[in-house]
Amino acid sequence: MHELSVAMEVVELVTARAAGARVKRVVVEVGALAAILPDALAFSFQVASDGTSAAGAELQIIERDAQGRCRSCQRESAQRDILASCVCGERNFDWLSGAELKIREMEIV
Amino acid sequence: MCAICGCSDPQAHARAHAHDHSHAHDHSHAHDHSHSHDHSHAHDHSHAHNASRWVQLEADILGKNTQLAIENRREFERRDWLALNLVSSPGSGKTSLLERTIRELGARLPFFVIQGDQATDRDAERVRRAGARAVQLNTGTICHLDAAMVERAARELDPPPGSVLVIENIGNLVCPALFDLGEHARIVVASFAEGDDKPLKYPYMFRSADLVLLNKLDLAPHVAFDAKEFRDNLRSLNPSARVIELSATRGDGCGDWYQWLDDHARPTQIPGNFSALSEPQP
Repeated sequence: MHELSVAMEVVELVTARAAGARVKRVVVEVGALAAILPDALAFSFQVASDGTSAAGAELQIIERDAQGRCRSCQRESAQRDILASCVCGERNFDWLSGAELKIREMEIV
Repeated sequence: MCAICGCSDPQAHARAHAHDHSHAHDHSHAHDHSHSHDHSHAHDHSHAHNASRWVQLEADILGKNTQLAIENRREFERRDWLALNLVSSPGSGKTSLLERTIRELGARLPFFVIQGDQATDRDAERVRRAGARAVQLNTGTICHLDAAMVERAARELDPPPGSVLVIENIGNLVCPALFDLGEHARIVVASFAEGDDKPLKYPYMFRSADLVLLNKLDLAPHVAFDAKEFRDNLRSLNPSARVIELSATRGDGCGDWYQWLDDHARPTQIPGNFSALSEPQP
């Protein structure tokens, strides 16, 4: 349940930056290889933000595909799953992106 | 959250879904610019209505841990320690392997151990009896070690130059995968008593491994574990990870593991040695 640790970091970062303002909405970006379950992160965020200036804020999660290059046929493709297979049938990717885990922006009042 | 944390309240998940925000790209704040997929969301327009405003952060959520891990690694190198992050599921034999390694190698290679467990100091006691200094970290409800915990524990242990600093992580193949501790190598311990499909079930962890120690070789005649299948599964995720089969209880195969330790100890003293250890995955 590392999503709770991640949610606690999100709350710390946004509340520090909001400097006392109420955080209404937070937009985070999660890559397909970030090992984060969006529902678990959303739930954890509710728990972690309780009692802070981000309490009740909406966490908007943008899921990003991972870009992989097949080690067998060299084809590049966008994938949603670390265990995805290439169209050539091989499951053997060099991952070029997909580990993103960041706060993009927030709305404060 | 049963699927994630094993708790007995599946309703918790349902509640998490109950607020119907969408994980899509269509949040609208009245004026209808769209956050389209090209991410060219320039913030020079103002969202001044309702006195709310948007603040762009572009902040790496794990950035603080990653920064601390980089500082740890730098400090470990300055002090001439080889730092190893030992991860596995519970019961793979990490501590037994460590005990044998300390007994058989401790005289020429000083071992210092940071022992992570949710509760008790039983494992720290075991490695102390084997002859190593150890600190026990009890993480309570936290399911992984992070770089800050390791920094404090390493400072407390304060090994001499040339030591091997072993960080025995919480028995968990999921959460510790995300947290760089500042180690030079991440070692996954798996065993013949587990499934040969383990790399596929825990792909994030196996993808990040530098070395995989396949323990309980002594059980091979009694179990259906297919070592070739295991290696193939691992290779599809991580072609560069080396696999060493061994038995911590009987000792077979441990020579290759000791050779690996000898080859990688004193990471900054042997030219080219440190670079042979892979840097953390992006």
